[in-house]
Amino acid sequence: MSQSRSQILAGIATALGRTPDDARRAAARARIAGHARNLVPARAQVDAEAQVRLFVQMALEVSATVARVPSLDAVPDAVAEYLAGHNLPAELRLAPDPALDPIPWQRRPTLTLSRGRARDADAVSLTGAFAGIAETGTLMLVSGAERPTTLNFLPDTHIVVLTAAQIVGTYEDAWDRLRAQSAAFEGGLPRTVNLITGPSRTGDIEQTIQLGAHGPRRLHIVLVEE
Amino acid sequence: MHPTSHAFPENARRALNDETLQYMLAKSRTGFQLRRAAAAQRLPEFEELRDQGKAIKDHALANLDVYLELFEAKVTEQGGHVHWCRTAEEARETILDICRNAGARTVTKGKSMIAEEIAINDHLEAAGFIPIETDLGEYIIQLRKEPPSHIIAPAFHVSKEQVADAFRAAHTDLPPERSLEEPRELITEARLMLRRRFQEADVGITGANLLIAETGSTIIVTNEGNGDLTQTLPKVHVVLASIEKVVPTLEDAATVLRLLARSATGQEFSSYTTFSTGPRRPGDLDGPEQFHVVLLDNGRSALLGTEFQEVLRCIRCGACMNHCPVYGAVGGHAYGWVYPGPIGAVLDPALIGLKEAGHLPNASTFCGRCEAVCPMRIPLPKMMRHWREKEFAEKLQPATMRRGIGAWGWLARRPALYHAAVRMAVRTLRRVGTLPLPMLQGWTEHRDLPAPEGRSFQELWAERRGGSKR
Amino acid sequence: MVETRTRPRVGLFVTCLVDVFRPTVGFAAVKLLEDAGCTVEVPRGQTCCGQPAYNSGDRRTAQDLARQTIAAFEGFDHVVLPSGSCAGMIRKHYPALLADDPAWAHRAQHLAARTHELVSFLVDVLGVTDVDARYPDTVTYHDSCSGLRELGIKAQPRQLLASVEGLELTELPGAEVCCGFGGTFCVKYPDVSNRMVEDKAAEITATGAGTVLAGDLGCLMNMAGKLSRQGSPVQVRHVAEVLAGMAGEAPPIGPAKA
Repeated sequence: MSQSRSQILAGIATALGRTPDDARRAAARARIAGHARNLVPARAQVDAEAQVRLFVQMALEVSATVARVPSLDAVPDAVAEYLAGHNLPAELRLAPDPALDPIPWQRRPTLTLSRGRARDADAVSLTGAFAGIAETGTLMLVSGAERPTTLNFLPDTHIVVLTAAQIVGTYEDAWDRLRAQSAAFEGGLPRTVNLITGPSRTGDIEQTIQLGAHGPRRLHIVLVEE
Repeated sequence: MHPTSHAFPENARRALNDETLQYMLAKSRTGFQLRRAAAAQRLPEFEELRDQGKAIKDHALANLDVYLELFEAKVTEQGGHVHWCRTAEEARETILDICRNAGARTVTKGKSMIAEEIAINDHLEAAGFIPIETDLGEYIIQLRKEPPSHIIAPAFHVSKEQVADAFRAAHTDLPPERSLEEPRELITEARLMLRRRFQEADVGITGANLLIAETGSTIIVTNEGNGDLTQTLPKVHVVLASIEKVVPTLEDAATVLRLLARSATGQEFSSYTTFSTGPRRPGDLDGPEQFHVVLLDNGRSALLGTEFQEVLRCIRCGACMNHCPVYGAVGGHAYGWVYPGPIGAVLDPALIGLKEAGHLPNASTFCGRCEAVCPMRIPLPKMMRHWREKEFAEKLQPATMRRGIGAWGWLARRPALYHAAVRMAVRTLRRVGTLPLPMLQGWTEHRDLPAPEGRSFQELWAERRGGSKR
Repeated sequence: MVETRTRPRVGLFVTCLVDVFRPTVGFAAVKLLEDAGCTVEVPRGQTCCGQPAYNSGDRRTAQDLARQTIAAFEGFDHVVLPSGSCAGMIRKHYPALLADDPAWAHRAQHLAARTHELVSFLVDVLGVTDVDARYPDTVTYHDSCSGLRELGIKAQPRQLLASVEGLELTELPGAEVCCGFGGTFCVKYPDVSNRMVEDKAAEITATGAGTVLAGDLGCLMNMAGKLSRQGSPVQVRHVAEVLAGMAGEAPPIGPAKA
């Protein structure tokens, strides 16, 4: 295999008419280290309030639903109402994410909660998010010991608790936040970074869009203002 | 996949007479075009992003070896393995080894054109594994035992009745009297049947839209979420990617991603864009234990430094084929190999040879729509012309065509003779209604040949204006 | 960009198809150019722009014909062609064809810079805004691919057609979709070409227009041949004929009437 490696690299170098040298490697490293932004569309380069409005607008466009609540205290009620409104069982599979700990679930004791990765029978999951990206109404979720990825994909309904402060304008803003936390990921990225823009969908049957192909059919965002 | 590109004219004729295919083509064609146009229009910076996307890829290609090395180092640092494969055979062997070492039985797959290119499913089956396509379109064609006809919508040529037939034939455990009329019912059934497979899988194979050198990440873009279930649930995640997919940074990826969904389906962004970096981390509650990136060359490095280098900028959006009038008339299977449409016309001869795929760059009017919509500004007609130049140099074109064009060129270099020949031809045409040219039969089979006015312009000009001094 | 020098000296490159099949188009071009204040000459050193050879992969022949064309048209202020594809060949491809020939590279660029398709020349270079012509019919317009995508010809013919007395323009759905001619394509892949021109004919017929126009004789012959085979009454003409008020001088493009 290492023979293939050197043959491929040598083939590339020959085709390009030179060999990789220190200067070239240094230039590539420098470009990576600088991670300069390319053109960033103006759309989401607006003030924070406008970014929140844009996020909501774009998320609704892609068939996510959004409920705005004033504080984390209001989350249990909002979630219970959502579940009832869709005739869903009052059972949630939560990410064991400390960010969700302050939510006073005891306010709605009829909600049954469990925490962990998603299991076959879990119909509804509830997670936090790393960021919301206003540009396209996209949620960024990152994996970790307390944030299993399966909660984002296995259940039919995925509820995300997002605070307004987590909303940024552009993908580049989200990368910067991710890099700022890279110590938490041991200098790299976590196993999975999901950019989620609306629920699962497919157009594979006669080009008619259907939600819930393999991933969740419903993506509900509880947007916490405080 | 066994190529049938050499039979393009016969494939095309069959396709033109295939009623279901024609119905599906007519149904889907305009939608793709309108949606892409709307998405491009909605983003004021779209054209400039195309220029930047091109520049990023050109830079990456010009330093491909360096960025691949850096990518590999990062993957390894994060606990993954990189395997370098020069040929399809090496890639297949590598993947089979990984599956054997994992004691695998079921292997789920996300959509990957490279996987088609190396025909991995056939070899997985032959080695006793059970490969299951999880992208709904790919699943449908896997059941129907046919190749994909489009790089984004592999089963767009299949009607919902045909899908229902395929499901009934394959999902024999389900009650036969169940209704499978509506798309909703078909999707619910597919979701049910494939959910079990996702959970059973020991190995999940995905492609990669992009590789990021900065972080050692691979990116997949789906709307269904099947790629995510493929790569998260099994013990082993294998990424199969060709070498030209690498870009330097997350910022570079963002630029390309802004172009991808808009160009492919007219969406602002796909439902799921996922960055995978290494295996699960200590403490993670899910995720694969092993992360392998299989890098495939299979002819890509041979295109670097040649007049075809620019085709390596392709991000597999499918816009070219969505806008191509030839593809729109015959669909993807007529092209006879993995990549159809304008991108296929340039890439297939490079990968399977001009003798096999020579028809493809010829079956184009050079209308230029593909280049007009390609987010990476790949000059596709120009590269098709380069293939025609190679064919001409290697004398691969039909003799009658060569002789006809050759005779025309010979005459055209000799103005006096040319003008005399034109005068004669005009008279013949006027009298006989046609010219003794074998190639004209292709015209008159379907169209009338318009009558000439009886005299050539040069003759009449000389008469009326005394001609030119020169 | 209005030509301020008096009497621009134009070399007309009539193109093979016009020469053989429809000289009226050439004379219409002459009339339009002379009406707009140009002197027009037709150098006899012209034959073919080289596009058939070029698109068949015969670079050498294409280069020879390019040099011949450059030499034939040296000295004119402008070189004008009643064809988007031939004008596109010269403007867009000649410089690349001869880029590696030090004796000709610059001359190729110089010719390219002076070369225009007819309607684009009238509107974009000479600033012509209307023509003195009459054509009482509903007309629909097909945008030939090279003219549209290589040379940006879209608004110009419509602008001039709007000034033709009695002419009512109805837009053709799919005007920008290829008609299926493509030079040798139509005889190399006749089945596919036929489908494309059938689709085009269907769109034309559905507009209810009495006439279809375009700026490229290849496209026009292709569409006319199909419409005629279908027994369609739709008339097919080159846009120059209508703009020059010369529609009466020749029957529409089509087979000889028995």
